[in-house]
Amino acid sequence: MDDSKEEIAIELVGVEKSFGRQKVLKGLDLRVPVGKTTVIVGPSGQGKTVILKHMLGLVKPDRGEVRVFGKDIGRISRRELKELRTSFGVLFQNAALFDSLTVFDNVALPLRERTRMKEEEVRRIVDEKLALMDLEGSGEKFPAQISGGMRKRVGLARALVLNPKVVFFDEPTTGLDVNKSNEIYRLFHKTQAKLQYTAFIVSHDVPKIFKLADYVALIHEGTIVECLPPEEFQLAKNPRVRAFVEETMGPIYSSQEEERGFYGFHEKA
Amino acid sequence: MKGRSLLGLCAGETSFSMLIIFETLGDRFLYYLNQAGRMGIFLGACLLSLVRPPYKLYPVVRQIHFIGARSLFVILFTGAFTGMVLGLQGYYTLRKFGSEGLLGSAVALTLIRELGPVLTALMVIGRAGSAITAEIGIMRNSEQIDALECMAVDPYKYLMAPKFLAGVISLPLLTFVFDMVGIFGGWLIGVGLLGVNEGAYFQGMYSSVVWKDIEMGIVKSLVFGLLIIWITAAKGFYLHLERSGGFGAEGVSRTTTDAVVLSSVTILVWDYLISAIML
Repeated sequence: MDDSKEEIAIELVGVEKSFGRQKVLKGLDLRVPVGKTTVIVGPSGQGKTVILKHMLGLVKPDRGEVRVFGKDIGRISRRELKELRTSFGVLFQNAALFDSLTVFDNVALPLRERTRMKEEEVRRIVDEKLALMDLEGSGEKFPAQISGGMRKRVGLARALVLNPKVVFFDEPTTGLDVNKSNEIYRLFHKTQAKLQYTAFIVSHDVPKIFKLADYVALIHEGTIVECLPPEEFQLAKNPRVRAFVEETMGPIYSSQEEERGFYGFHEKA
Repeated sequence: MKGRSLLGLCAGETSFSMLIIFETLGDRFLYYLNQAGRMGIFLGACLLSLVRPPYKLYPVVRQIHFIGARSLFVILFTGAFTGMVLGLQGYYTLRKFGSEGLLGSAVALTLIRELGPVLTALMVIGRAGSAITAEIGIMRNSEQIDALECMAVDPYKYLMAPKFLAGVISLPLLTFVFDMVGIFGGWLIGVGLLGVNEGAYFQGMYSSVVWKDIEMGIVKSLVFGLLIIWITAAKGFYLHLERSGGFGAEGVSRTTTDAVVLSSVTILVWDYLISAIML
């Protein structure tokens, strides 16, 4: 990663974390640059969500540091952490909507609890965000009454309602069909272009997610193997990355050499 | 191996099993200490959030509706029958000493000082306390509490503070209703059915119930209100840290049961303590 010029939003340095006897993160280093989209990929159960929880300050590292805009969030006070979180937006894996509130109230909650906006103002902003997510007319429904894809969109609307600086996505398309996930990606693209936020995505959806990413990081056994722009990632020589790319994308992309040879073959013919 | 340890002949294995006993004991002790610690921190954080602005009335009213108003029917029902049985039992006991005239004061004092606050608290635990643990527990399970924290919305302020306020407001009022209905239940049986003199029933009550009795009832119901919300909310809030497995639907049901048992027992222990201190 080109780290000399870019401003860093979040940085993990030597983070270690165990749950019981199981060591999940083993000295993990990762940087999330400002304004860019960083995607973390890797098999299930490798601690991708745990990394996310560290960044949000929900879990504290056993060793190492998690710096968000230069501040070590393991050492700051609750008040400072709260302050920091005001610049966050999170889309949880299962959307984590408040199931006893309507869609409208879910999206309105951050505005009502964190700002002193008048109710008309709240209504205007929430309606606007719901429209942005193509959710007009669903405001009065409860989360249990809408589909999984809609729930994710409501979660996204809620995450974006306060115009955050950093947005975290925990598996934004898991459990959705192709059309629905394309829809989420389209909305992601649209909103990021509009709001210019830094994005950190935990995802399984390879190779589609590469199109959105500025950087792709592969996690393996508690450490980051490589963190590279997607084109370089797909062509990387590191055997772990190779194995992952081949496994998820098929051998056709497997190496630049092969492709060259392939075209070379045609030229000769 | 098994046979040898059954015979208990090997000294090495005896000390090994002793080690296991101590290890288990120490482990349990540390777990409960840990739990007590986090419950204490939870209470502190909740009480602190009560005094921190902003103060919103609507959530408190909603919780009073849930904890208080919707418990009213149960309280009316149990209050009436408790009073009636006190009238019945009291009458047959007092008749042995020829002092049926004291029935009014016996019923009133029992209700105001003991049964009113305790039974109201137990009813509220069963109706609202269990619901609070389940609600908060499900919110914890489905990451809704994490979501609140990530939105920089204080879960103590947003979820807990209205419940605490509502508990402390509702319990004394429900206890008052319980006592009133109970006294008239006793009157219905004692005076209406068993023929105790109505004047004696109320006059005895009037002369024997003093402010100190009522004060005790109020203190108890305030403390019980706080205890119920504290235990049931904290159990739900720390569902993920429960050792017996706090995950999934079963985790919620088990934790809810634990919360109901623990808060009921705590109520009875504190009932004794408050009585002992105030008498």
